[in-house]
Amino acid sequence: MSPSIEQLEQMVADLLAEARKLGASAADAAVSSSAGLSLTVRMGETETIEHTRDQGLGITVFFGQRKGAASTTDLSPAAIREAVGKACTIAKNTSEDDCAGLADATLMAKDYPDLGLHHPWPISPDEAMQTALQAEQAARDLDPRISNSEGATLSTQSGSFIYGNSHGFVGGYPSSHHTLSCVVLSEDGDGMQRDYWYDTRRDWRKLATPESIGRQAAQRALAKLHGRQLGTRQAPVIFRADIAPGLLRGLTGAIRGHAQYRQASFLLDSLGEQIFPDWVEIREDPLIPQGLSSAPFDNEGVVTRPKSLVENGRLETYILDSYSARKLNMQTTGNAGGVRNLSINNGSMGLDEMLQEMGSGLLVTELMGQGLNPVTGDYSRGAAGFWVENGKIQYPVEEITIASNMKEMFRQLLAVGNDNDIPGSIRTGSWWIENMTIAGS
Amino acid sequence: MSNTLALARETLLSPAGITDHHLQQVMDKLISSQVDAADLYFQYSRLESWVLDDGIIKEGNFNLEQGAGLRAISGEKTGFAYTEELNLENLLEAADSARAISRAGQSGSIAIAGCNDLQTLYPARNPLESLPDARKIELMKQLDAEARAADPRVKQVTISLVAAHDTILVMDNEGNLAADVRPLVRCGVNVIVEQNGRREQANAGGGSRTDLHYFVEEQRGLGYAREAVRQALVNLEAVDTPAGAMTVVLGPGWPGILLHEAVGHGLEGDFNRKGLSAFSNRIGEQVASPLCTIVDDGTLPERRGSLTVDDEGTPGRNTVLIEGGILKGYMQDKFNARLMGMQTTGNGRRESYAHLPLPRMTNTYMLPGEQDPGEILGSVKNGLYAVNFAGGQVDITSGKFVFSLSEAYLIEDGKITAPVKGATLIGNGPEALTRVSMVGNDLQLDPGVGTCGKDGQSVPVGVGQPTLKVDEITVGGTAL
Repeated sequence: MSPSIEQLEQMVADLLAEARKLGASAADAAVSSSAGLSLTVRMGETETIEHTRDQGLGITVFFGQRKGAASTTDLSPAAIREAVGKACTIAKNTSEDDCAGLADATLMAKDYPDLGLHHPWPISPDEAMQTALQAEQAARDLDPRISNSEGATLSTQSGSFIYGNSHGFVGGYPSSHHTLSCVVLSEDGDGMQRDYWYDTRRDWRKLATPESIGRQAAQRALAKLHGRQLGTRQAPVIFRADIAPGLLRGLTGAIRGHAQYRQASFLLDSLGEQIFPDWVEIREDPLIPQGLSSAPFDNEGVVTRPKSLVENGRLETYILDSYSARKLNMQTTGNAGGVRNLSINNGSMGLDEMLQEMGSGLLVTELMGQGLNPVTGDYSRGAAGFWVENGKIQYPVEEITIASNMKEMFRQLLAVGNDNDIPGSIRTGSWWIENMTIAGS
Repeated sequence: MSNTLALARETLLSPAGITDHHLQQVMDKLISSQVDAADLYFQYSRLESWVLDDGIIKEGNFNLEQGAGLRAISGEKTGFAYTEELNLENLLEAADSARAISRAGQSGSIAIAGCNDLQTLYPARNPLESLPDARKIELMKQLDAEARAADPRVKQVTISLVAAHDTILVMDNEGNLAADVRPLVRCGVNVIVEQNGRREQANAGGGSRTDLHYFVEEQRGLGYAREAVRQALVNLEAVDTPAGAMTVVLGPGWPGILLHEAVGHGLEGDFNRKGLSAFSNRIGEQVASPLCTIVDDGTLPERRGSLTVDDEGTPGRNTVLIEGGILKGYMQDKFNARLMGMQTTGNGRRESYAHLPLPRMTNTYMLPGEQDPGEILGSVKNGLYAVNFAGGQVDITSGKFVFSLSEAYLIEDGKITAPVKGATLIGNGPEALTRVSMVGNDLQLDPGVGTCGKDGQSVPVGVGQPTLKVDEITVGGTAL
């Protein structure tokens, strides 16, 4: 039995009361509970059925300017008391910190909208199995070179979340999350390749069809067969849309308040600076209905708003919670807990037209490893993709690296494609970067 | 072990009022005529972490995790459910969900068996309470002061201190009980240095399955602070890394991440049973140079990756993966071992009760060779000496793997010269180790900071190796 919203609200109220009783001058607490099903089929048979039931509670207490935090997955009264007690003990040992504390009471979200995040999927394990089987079968039927499968997985979760703090703010909402994915192997005597495809949505009715997911996984795995290494060189590089979100995450990591005040960013003190070509606009919209990262208030109860991160290529704002904002003498941007639903504007070209414009260069479709130094922006990652000549894909390439510096890559962004129909919370097309170093044989 | 079992019962079962009779009832419900195997897994974890940043103790966090995971296996099918609230009703409900993979039907009752005495590999005491809070704070402040005093170019220091205490109890469908009490501590230092407007960072740290005294003894903690500063200052002088295929000498210890990525994952039982790995069906074949012998050893006392028993109750083992370059065996959990007609090797691990066990590595390392490390470096005309790494990744199907340099130098005419910037190295698992042409006599294990991710599950692991010369590997620099 999952707890109701009212029960979760009561739990938050009890937690805050307990913290007050133990002497905390301020506190906040979040409680979540979800249940779901995750089912994997492989080679036409059910492989695993997991019944998931996750719950958790986190509390932060302030004793003046000192802070302590605790969390527990066990929501029994004894465990909750232990967690609150520990948070208070910790707060007595941390240092006085001028910037510590809740976000200002005046910033709390008041009448926030219902963003339509809750669409539970009344699906039985049998139906889930059928759906996953359809995806895998479509992949295996596409081509005899699809020789093996890692399986297709359907996962559905639905639950509720409540946040409250000692300003008197209490808010929360139910939400759901559904994913269908498929991973297959291709083989034709010259080694094996694997690739995947997936879709993920708040509303299960919006999921791509199992057949289209399976087919796309198979097409991707087939296209990688007979990959070769490239010789070491410099060349233009296009990051295909499905891996381009990583570049935007590189940006948001560097403009987070935490990275700025610690001086651990390759975009240190760049507010107002030109960091992209002047046509680039990057926005965050936390209020997109059914958005995968949508939220009407952030992890401190602060109201969230759509905003420009980059306008005319210039950095418009850092990404701040109340702590990093105080550190930088700024105002929180309602980003406690992260960035919610990013997008970049695109030009009129599709991927094929971009390849045509590029003439010769590398289309990267897969990246491996971390490879970004957050302090310097130095970038070096394992890559695979396709070599392009005369505007056409010539052959798949693998076991190469691509390297540059992310600041340089942002400045050298030549175009963003209109091929931005990718799953996930980041909306972007493919990125064409003027020049990178490719290392290979 | 029997002592451990008593401790685990007291920690996990007694507070919830769960008796042996209850365990039998739950297991009876979980198994049916079509269930080949089943287990109940109880876990109780406490974790405490502290962060010093900007010269002050900024964060402290306590996490409590507790629950039970129930698994039923029928052929190649697995049913799984878990519950956070430990009581008979929830356990029976979870058993009902988990066994839904097979049709109902009772198959008689099981009896709880005893268990063998095992030498534990680490102390059972609670590392969270191994030092008073004030002493933890003092230790972190000492490390901060050490790093800042080491060089005026140090601009920012972050220290993290983590202690975890994990108690597990697992019961299989034959009634065998096994338990383990696992301590784990880790300390990390990150520094940012600045010189003439150029900023660089570096990390250092270590850990073990002991307690927080580990960082006080032998001044280990202070050593991490000094090491992080040293590496960061080296990075201030680093020049662009060359791009392309070249000879690389890998230093001893943590660069053993090469083995973890290049061959380790590819030798996990699940991938091989399903034929997904570039190493599938290759037992008995030459997959590395004859100089290479690689083991996965869960039995090293107090090491981060060690396990007295794994998460299926199998005692930790030392398994030879590659001997003299020949592929000898895979790492197995019970499920994959049974389906492949092999023995489990004590590699069945799970992140928590809420995750299914998978075959995972413990401490993976290469045995030492004959060569003096100086001779190895001296033999390289032009190449790269890679001393430290930040992490790695592998595609087990294509065999392609990467790992990221965090400290490296050019080798020119057998001498170490300029430091180079971080870069990614990429290779092909089944090929990379065939290019090992020299193996040093200086085996080292890593300092105890490794965490491995697979299928969304993180577990602590160790790696190690002697100095190695790889004749050719692709280096992802920017300099042509």
